[in-house]
Amino acid sequence: MLKRRRWFFALFAILPVMAIFAYVRIFPIGEILRLSLHKWDILSKKKPFIGLANFEELMGDRLFHEALFNTTIIAFGVLLLTVPLAIVLAALIFHRTRSRFAWFYETTVFIPHVVSLVPAAMAWKWIFDARLGPLNALLSAFGIDPKAWLFDPVLSVICVIVLCSWQALGFAVLIYLVGFKSLPKSLYEAAELDGASGAQSFWYLSIPMLKPITLYVSVVTLVSAFNVYAQVYVLASDAQGAPGRQVRVLVLDMLENSFRNYRVGYAASEAVVLLVIVLVLTFIQFRVLRDRKAET
Amino acid sequence: MTIQTAPHASGANLRFKKRAVTFGIDVVLMIFGLLMVLPLILLVANAFKTPQEMLAWPPTIIPSDPTLVNFKAVLEDTPLLRWVFNSFAFALLSAIAISITSAVAGYILAKFPSRTMNFLFAVILATAIVPFEVYMIPLYFQAQGLGLLNTIWGLLLGYLVMSFGIFLIRQNVLHAIPDELLEAARIDGAGEIWIFVRIVIPLLRGALGALFVLAFFQAWTAFAWPLIVATTASSYTIEVGLALFQTGFTVDLGRLSAASAVVLVPSVALFVVLRRNFVEGVASTGLKE
Repeated sequence: MLKRRRWFFALFAILPVMAIFAYVRIFPIGEILRLSLHKWDILSKKKPFIGLANFEELMGDRLFHEALFNTTIIAFGVLLLTVPLAIVLAALIFHRTRSRFAWFYETTVFIPHVVSLVPAAMAWKWIFDARLGPLNALLSAFGIDPKAWLFDPVLSVICVIVLCSWQALGFAVLIYLVGFKSLPKSLYEAAELDGASGAQSFWYLSIPMLKPITLYVSVVTLVSAFNVYAQVYVLASDAQGAPGRQVRVLVLDMLENSFRNYRVGYAASEAVVLLVIVLVLTFIQFRVLRDRKAET
Repeated sequence: MTIQTAPHASGANLRFKKRAVTFGIDVVLMIFGLLMVLPLILLVANAFKTPQEMLAWPPTIIPSDPTLVNFKAVLEDTPLLRWVFNSFAFALLSAIAISITSAVAGYILAKFPSRTMNFLFAVILATAIVPFEVYMIPLYFQAQGLGLLNTIWGLLLGYLVMSFGIFLIRQNVLHAIPDELLEAARIDGAGEIWIFVRIVIPLLRGALGALFVLAFFQAWTAFAWPLIVATTASSYTIEVGLALFQTGFTVDLGRLSAASAVVLVPSVALFVVLRRNFVEGVASTGLKE
């Protein structure tokens, strides 16, 4: 049993932290849920309760549909590009752990994940630039016609996917590396004695055993890609400086509704949709993990 | 894929084949690594180029006629150094705040178990799932109510605590600090605050270092929150400043590259120096499951 003095210490130490935590996390999360059921245009003092009307309006909002569609495509595009590439790269890097260049492999893959988003996005904006960019120059060297990468609605989504994957890859590789390090060595030695090639043990041992890691990396990648904003802001802004005319995503639509159209309640309902998506993804992850544990 | 040189590898032929495969892997990883950083290298190179050279194909890595004109122009056009300072101050304060709040909460939650603490920990874990973007609009109005818009303190408001940080420190306390140690100190008459500052904190140095670096980079690269909170040119962070600067009509590629280079070079350098800490921090996010 705790002595009284220790208990007081614990309470007094954690109280300020929990107060801050409540103020900057719990309260705004509650507020977003509450606001989503109200109509509030910043200027007016009244915030009438309107039930689920915001959500009903979302169902028929063409811009919101476009944002939801684009965001989903981007999230799954990033997932499909990042995860397979990451597991192969991590396997190769792990295989060469004792090489002199191991630090180089890890660092170069990881740098895009830590550099500031905007300068990194600018580098890609230049690469994709229709007139000045090296991508079109490279393509034309192979006799392929130049394309307006950032102005075509389909191509610009692909550009965003490439940029986001380039950034997400380092994180995925790093987590996979942790996974590889935790795998039992003896199993691989046994496989090798039985004559399995490196590719075979990768396919039949590593991939199945790393399934929980794959699940974790997939969910984290999806969740962060559903929150995509800065990349789109930089990459897909048009010449007039109005960002996001080309590729509308959820966070952008939400901020526009809140701060440009002054419809805070409506924007809050969009935030709640984003929250539901994230919760569903996380729930799936827990569910699958628990089922796996139940199996074994 | 853990094929170390097998002890019974018979025949020079097999050994040769293995070495060839290893060499191939090295080449692939080397090329891939270079391709990953190539966009950044080209961007920095562009910063030193004249407009003519920037159009050259293939793009040159080392400018033939390096110039500082772009840097001079961008420093005249924008309060770039001010933005860098804002970002740096914001990131530093946020890292300090997160380290302190996480250390205190993590330690208490780990070492003073009770129903209250378990409940608090469950609340912290539950809110950790919610992305920042979901609740930043109400948080904006809170910052507005406090009169903190367009200040570093307003930026800081969103980055005072980190659920994952509290979790990380709690795990570390559970693993690295035995109850016996704390009891021994108490029997020797040490006060609770003394124990925390003199025993717990030094034992958590590694984890706190990783968390500090993680928190610093998190704030340094923040975008959506600073974009809505800082709306005057003198309060922009570097990310926001650059993003708005690049949408301008008159801006040319050289100046954009120069401004980007000013941000990129120090942050990459910092990352390379703190790589170990950072990798540790991110790798420990794998514990989340």
